[in-house]
Amino acid sequence: MSPLISLFSLFAVLSLFAVGGAQAAIPEMHRVAVDVMHWLSDRQFADMYAISQLSPGPNVIIVALIGFHVAGLAGAGVAITAMCGPTCVLAYFVARIWDRFKQARWRAAVQAGLVPMSIGLIAASAFVLARAADHNVYAVLITAATAVTAYWTRVNPLWLFAVAGALGFAGLV
Amino acid sequence: MNDSSVPPQSVVRPTLFELLRAFAGVSVAAFGGALPWSRRMIVERKGWMTAQEFNEAFALSQFLPGPNTINFAVVFGSRFAGAPGAAVAVTGLIGPPLVIVTVLAFLYERYGGQPALDHVLAGIASSAAGLLIAAVAKMATPLLSKRWNAALLIALLAFAGVALMHWPLPYVFLGLAPFSIALAWFGRTP
Repeated sequence: MSPLISLFSLFAVLSLFAVGGAQAAIPEMHRVAVDVMHWLSDRQFADMYAISQLSPGPNVIIVALIGFHVAGLAGAGVAITAMCGPTCVLAYFVARIWDRFKQARWRAAVQAGLVPMSIGLIAASAFVLARAADHNVYAVLITAATAVTAYWTRVNPLWLFAVAGALGFAGLV
Repeated sequence: MNDSSVPPQSVVRPTLFELLRAFAGVSVAAFGGALPWSRRMIVERKGWMTAQEFNEAFALSQFLPGPNTINFAVVFGSRFAGAPGAAVAVTGLIGPPLVIVTVLAFLYERYGGQPALDHVLAGIASSAAGLLIAAVAKMATPLLSKRWNAALLIALLAFAGVALMHWPLPYVFLGLAPFSIALAWFGRTP
C-alpha cells in the first residue's frame, strides 16, 4: 500500500476516537508507526514528540513530523489533513446542533462519560512516551523531576526543556 | 444563559481577516498547547466571547474527538462566519506552526544522528514525558477525591487497555464508552 494511503487511514481513523485531543492519541500513533508499520524507532518517536513540544502551535502538529519522516512534504500534508479533516467536519455539524440539547440528559451523560476516558488515554500517552524516551536512570530522573516541578509550580515548560536539553548535551541521557 | 441564536451585546463580531490574523497570532505564540492562549486572545483581548461562552465552546471542543484546539477553532469560527469562518480559523491556527515544524522536520531528517543533537533531544523528550505526567496528575485529581468511584475505574481501564495491553484505540474506545456514558447517565460518575 502507498505510504500516503497508510498515513491517511492511520490518522483519519485514530482522530475520530481520540477523545482528549492529540495528546490522547499518542499511544495509537506509537503502536501503528513504531510497532506495526516500523516507520520509526522508539527513539525517533520520542524525538518527534520533543520537537512538537518545542514548536509553537497546537500539539497535533506531531503528525506532520511523522508524515514528513514517512513521505516528505506530501506525507506531512496528508497526515495533518487526515488528522484534522474528518473531525473538523464533525465539529462543524455538532456545533450547529449542540446548543439545542442544552437541557438534554443524554448530552450531560455523554460529556461526563467521556471525561474519565480522556484522562485514562492521556495517562497512557504519558506512560508510552516515558517508556520510549527513558533508557537509563538519569532519563527517568529528568522525567520525574519535570513532573514534580510542573505539578507544583507554574514555571514555563520551555525552561524545563532547556535544563533537560543541557543535561542531555552533557551526556547524561 | 444566552440562547445561541441571539448574540449577546458584549460580543464583537470579527471579520474573516481578523479571525485569520488572531488565530495565526495565537498559533505562533502558543507553546505546550494553544487553548490557554486562545482564551487570552478571545475573551480578554478581543472580547469576542464572554468567559461563560468560551467555557461552553471549550467544553464542546474537548468532548469532541480529535485535536481539541482545532475543534475549538471550528466551533468558534463557524459561530461567527459559518463554514468559511471555520476554515479561516483552522488555517490561521495550523498554517504558521505547520511551516515551522516542516522546517524542523527537514533539519531533523538531515541532522538527526549527530550525537550532540541526539543527546539534547533525548533530554528534552524525557522532560516532555514528565510534563505530560504532571498534566495528567492535575486532570486526575478530581477523580481521586473519592475513595471509590466508577470514573476512576473507567480511566484505569482505558489506561490499561491502551498502555499495557496495546489494544487498538478504536476497540478500547468502543468497548468502554458505552459503559462510561451509561454510568454517567445513572449518576455514578461525577
